[in-house]
Amino acid sequence: MTGNVALPRDGLRRRLSARLTRSPRSRLALLLTAPLLWLGLAYLGALAALLVTALWTTNTFTGEIERVWTLDNLRIVVTDSVYRSVTLRTVGVAALVTVIDAVLAAPVAFFMAKVASPRWQPLLVAAILLPLWASYLVKAYAWRSMFGGGGLIDWAGAPFGIGSPGYGLTATVCTLAYLWFPYMVLPIFAGLERLPDSLLEASGDLGARPGRTLRTVVLPLAFPAVVAGSIFTFSLSLGDYVAVEIVGGTSQFLGNLVYDNIGAANNQPLAAAVGLVPVVVMIVYLFLARRAGALENL
Amino acid sequence: MRHERFLIRGTALIAVTLLAAACGTSSGDSDGAPAPGASGFTPPKIPQLQQLGAGEGAVSILAWPGYAENGGNDPQVDWVTPFEKQTGCKATVKTFGTSDEAVTLMKTGDYDVVSASGDASLRLIAGGDVAPVNTALVPNYPDVIDFLKDKAWNSVGGQMYGVPHGWGANLLMYRTDKVNPAPTSWSAVFTDAGKYPGKVTAYDSPIYIADAALFLMNTKPELGIKNPYALDTKQLAAAVELLKAQKANVSEYWSDYLKEVQSFKSGNSVIGTTWQVIVNTAVAEKAPVKAVLPDEGSTGWSDTWMVAAASKHPNCAYQWLNWIISPTANAQVAEYFGEAPANKKACDLTTDKSHCDTYHADDAAYAEKVWYWSTPIPQCLDGRTDVQCTDYAAWTRAWTEIKG
Repeated sequence: MTGNVALPRDGLRRRLSARLTRSPRSRLALLLTAPLLWLGLAYLGALAALLVTALWTTNTFTGEIERVWTLDNLRIVVTDSVYRSVTLRTVGVAALVTVIDAVLAAPVAFFMAKVASPRWQPLLVAAILLPLWASYLVKAYAWRSMFGGGGLIDWAGAPFGIGSPGYGLTATVCTLAYLWFPYMVLPIFAGLERLPDSLLEASGDLGARPGRTLRTVVLPLAFPAVVAGSIFTFSLSLGDYVAVEIVGGTSQFLGNLVYDNIGAANNQPLAAAVGLVPVVVMIVYLFLARRAGALENL
Repeated sequence: MRHERFLIRGTALIAVTLLAAACGTSSGDSDGAPAPGASGFTPPKIPQLQQLGAGEGAVSILAWPGYAENGGNDPQVDWVTPFEKQTGCKATVKTFGTSDEAVTLMKTGDYDVVSASGDASLRLIAGGDVAPVNTALVPNYPDVIDFLKDKAWNSVGGQMYGVPHGWGANLLMYRTDKVNPAPTSWSAVFTDAGKYPGKVTAYDSPIYIADAALFLMNTKPELGIKNPYALDTKQLAAAVELLKAQKANVSEYWSDYLKEVQSFKSGNSVIGTTWQVIVNTAVAEKAPVKAVLPDEGSTGWSDTWMVAAASKHPNCAYQWLNWIISPTANAQVAEYFGEAPANKKACDLTTDKSHCDTYHADDAAYAEKVWYWSTPIPQCLDGRTDVQCTDYAAWTRAWTEIKG
């Protein structure tokens, strides 16, 4: 009865709601318009703008961008040996950082998810998250002083005759591995937490030793989580330039080239061309991750 | 599966865009942009202000950090507020980090005055972004030290394009406890850098190539370098080679001056190029360092306050120019930043009475040894017309190559 009374007043709203109920397509359209607009305009739009800028050139004297189509910037980035060696260095360091983080994070995450008591678990998660609350710069500078002359590494290594390697790639790898460590631990922890204990028990009941259980049960199930974490550590390392600036000594990464070309040289098109390299590398990486069957489990 | 299709489609989209762009270029100029400033270095005709009028009540300032302090960083350091009180021109200050940033920002037309270093001023003049300055309208101008006037980086054909602000030389700093005997030549960081492997430092900017060129100018006369900012292809290649050899012994490059202070304090760097302000800071922090102006002379900066061609507040802009080179303000800036003031009367007003001596403010012979930063352009600055010189873009590419 009440519904009949309300009908005239809420007619429009009701019709709309009825229509949305009947048609899943319009429901979907309504839901997705805003995020898709954001993705399309802000995210892909920015990428497209980057791509287009890379195809222009700058007047080196007045510093103005000239909208003349040219592939020169891309050609320089592809053929110039400097850009090739910087790309290889950046990708190599990103891969090394990812491997180090994965190796260090796996046991930590396993302990947190499967061994630690429920009372300790939140404390451990907080401990892992804690460094994320400190400023990125503070952490990078902390590593700078550790690697510096008379720093912690010099002091600790002195009794064994080991000195700090100084600023350079070693320092960069250590710093980046430290900075991105939580981004690797958390996905693996989440992945392992979803892994039912019963599977481990079943494996044990069937006679598997811990090592075999780890190899044949835990690792295959945790693999997608490791890949998820690696996407974070790899892409973050690939784009980093601040840590390199602080502890990298004379070495430069792709990010430094982009920064120098915009900041010092005022050559936005070349910076855009260099900026496309990590995009291409990440597309290849995601493609490989997909081939490895990791993406669908994310 | 869907992910994969999306990825493939995305890759295909990029490939198609690239292809389309490639087709589009066939009509484009594949040899790169036309030589910048190929029309010669004749500045656009822009009239200078003929007489001062009443202030417009506002002025927009584009400055190096530390050049226009309004007490925001340190309440004790403030020469903008007294200016506002005296002239009624409300000042808004925007700072920039590099000369290139300054050039880019000046193009927006939002600023009335800019403190330009020599590697920006020429470009601003040639680009028509700044107007000639009528120095007769700046009462403090006669007190400016003579050897700063009518220079290649602040005037064209005898016409001043601004008022000199102050200057400094890039020096050679070393750790007194690690470097023995004391260096007297830039060879300490170039040909003899191997004596301090991994402990040499250098300034992180393409303009540092000029330091190598200056060294070659003195040690390899057969290269024929007459001006470290006018290098033809062969001369640039020689400088690049020298810097590449230096890199093997470089601990790190610096552009943030506090980074260099820290690096010398800890002993990560023991020798390298520096500014006087860095030496003072390091000494104040008890680092055993000294600095010398090597026998070959040095590169340096000499800054100029310029007025925007499209200034909306020209009268306030001129009042700012007059204020910033007034003895009081000029002394404050020079002391805060660590450089030689342009106004000779400023020397009496510094809190540290030896400031002008430390910075050799009135020492024409010292100033003569300094090759002030200039923008390398295709028209050789040393007057050669038979070759094209390498421009700043080429220097930037070379710098990327040197750092590898």
